[in-house]
Amino acid sequence: MNILAGIGRAVLGLLADIGRLTAFTGRTLAACVSPPIYGRLIAIQILRIGYFSLPVVGLTAFFTGGALALQIYLGGNRYGAEAIVPQIVVLGITRELGPVIAGLMVAGRVAAAIAAEIGTMKVTEQIDALTTLATNPIKYLVVPRLIAAIVSMPILVAIADSIGVFGGYVVSTQSLGFTGSIYLKNTVDFATRQDIDSGLIKAAVFGFIIALMGCYNGFNSKGGAQGVGAATTAAVVSSSILILAANYLLTSILFHT
Amino acid sequence: MTAKIQLIGVKKRFGPKVVLDGIDLTIEKGSSLVVIGGSGTGKSVMIKSVLGILTPDEGTILVDGQNVTHLRGAARDPVMKKFGMLFQGAALFDSLPVWENVAFGLIQGRGMARAKAREVAIQKLAKVGLSEDVAFLSPAELSGGMQKRVGLARAIAADPEIIFFDEPTTGLDPIMADVINELIVSTVKDVGATTLSITHDMASARKISDHIAMIYQGRIIWSGPTGQIDHSGNPYVDQFIHGRAQGPIKMAVKA
Repeated sequence: MNILAGIGRAVLGLLADIGRLTAFTGRTLAACVSPPIYGRLIAIQILRIGYFSLPVVGLTAFFTGGALALQIYLGGNRYGAEAIVPQIVVLGITRELGPVIAGLMVAGRVAAAIAAEIGTMKVTEQIDALTTLATNPIKYLVVPRLIAAIVSMPILVAIADSIGVFGGYVVSTQSLGFTGSIYLKNTVDFATRQDIDSGLIKAAVFGFIIALMGCYNGFNSKGGAQGVGAATTAAVVSSSILILAANYLLTSILFHT
Repeated sequence: MTAKIQLIGVKKRFGPKVVLDGIDLTIEKGSSLVVIGGSGTGKSVMIKSVLGILTPDEGTILVDGQNVTHLRGAARDPVMKKFGMLFQGAALFDSLPVWENVAFGLIQGRGMARAKAREVAIQKLAKVGLSEDVAFLSPAELSGGMQKRVGLARAIAADPEIIFFDEPTTGLDPIMADVINELIVSTVKDVGATTLSITHDMASARKISDHIAMIYQGRIIWSGPTGQIDHSGNPYVDQFIHGRAQGPIKMAVKA
């Protein structure tokens, strides 16, 4: 009996959460298309979400590209196909690893920061203060972060793609015996526009997920420091899971499989 | 006298816990009402209901005779522009310098140019006894008393018709508390505002109010002019204003 009650409570809690998130998303999207839009705040957030994420995204992309080249070389070697390294590196990076790795890194960095900042504002009544100053907190806090993340992520991923391919190039030419010019020619000849575009579309969706989950969890944090900590954790965990789930869905939609 | 704010039978509960159980309260134009009551008696919930941050389950809230109980979004903006509020913890935006905190309502809410708003902010800071160099500090660099002053300057920046004070003296030393009380009295007189305050600090309540109401278990159990608080004949009020542990009010340990 207690087990059933527990399951019931968990299901009801989950449904309530989904309902709240849907309502929050609806209010945010409505606020995105009605004035005022705070251009200054969007610019600040692009700097914080996009620009300051460059080092961490660039480094992870470089090492991912390098490791990918090594693995393909070793795997391909088993049936004499080690020459395929540049083609698979560029495919893997642009279609999957570039957007997913950048998405997860930015989720850890940005969703946590957003949730902590907005959560602290919530528990110190700063969000109520916004309301009393005739300012819509969704417009002032959520919309700029959402737009900035959607704009920044494709740019970050384009850069991650380049650096990831470069990582593969460095490893292949320095330790796997590839000739630089041939490696690059194979990369450029093989990659298609769709490989790159699909990754950039994914990036925009991941940006939406990261900003939304950061803001939503921040707005719903309760109690003092512990509540803000819980909101930060929830923001990172939920945005990471949603990114991976959305990645699978987008892959199957974009490539019609 | 006309009623500036009127609450009629306002009820609010969170889950099974009834916080407001039919509040009836009238605040005359130009008067200063202080609502006293222990912690967890629904004082903050009452103010947040008037501000529209919380929506009451039942009852009506009138501001200047207009029903604002369920007013939301853009329709609420003209009403919000009548309000100013000083929060318990000041609730300053720590990402912005002091002057921008004070000027926030002018810039974001009313679309004033930043340079003009900065001048107004510096004037308002002077009114609460803060010099111009404070204007460019970050709120985190200020003491609790200074933060309260900045919060007060922010509350009066747009010359509101109604100002709310949430525990204005909590967490301050007695001298600073009195300074804040005097600033409240002088600034309120200055802008000619109607005020609603909540506090459990009786010294502050006596100083800043002309009327007092006491809230207990989600209802107003007594209200009258400040001078009569000592002759209320109400055992609950007597216990509260003298701060006695013994009496009809029993402290609930669990919130």
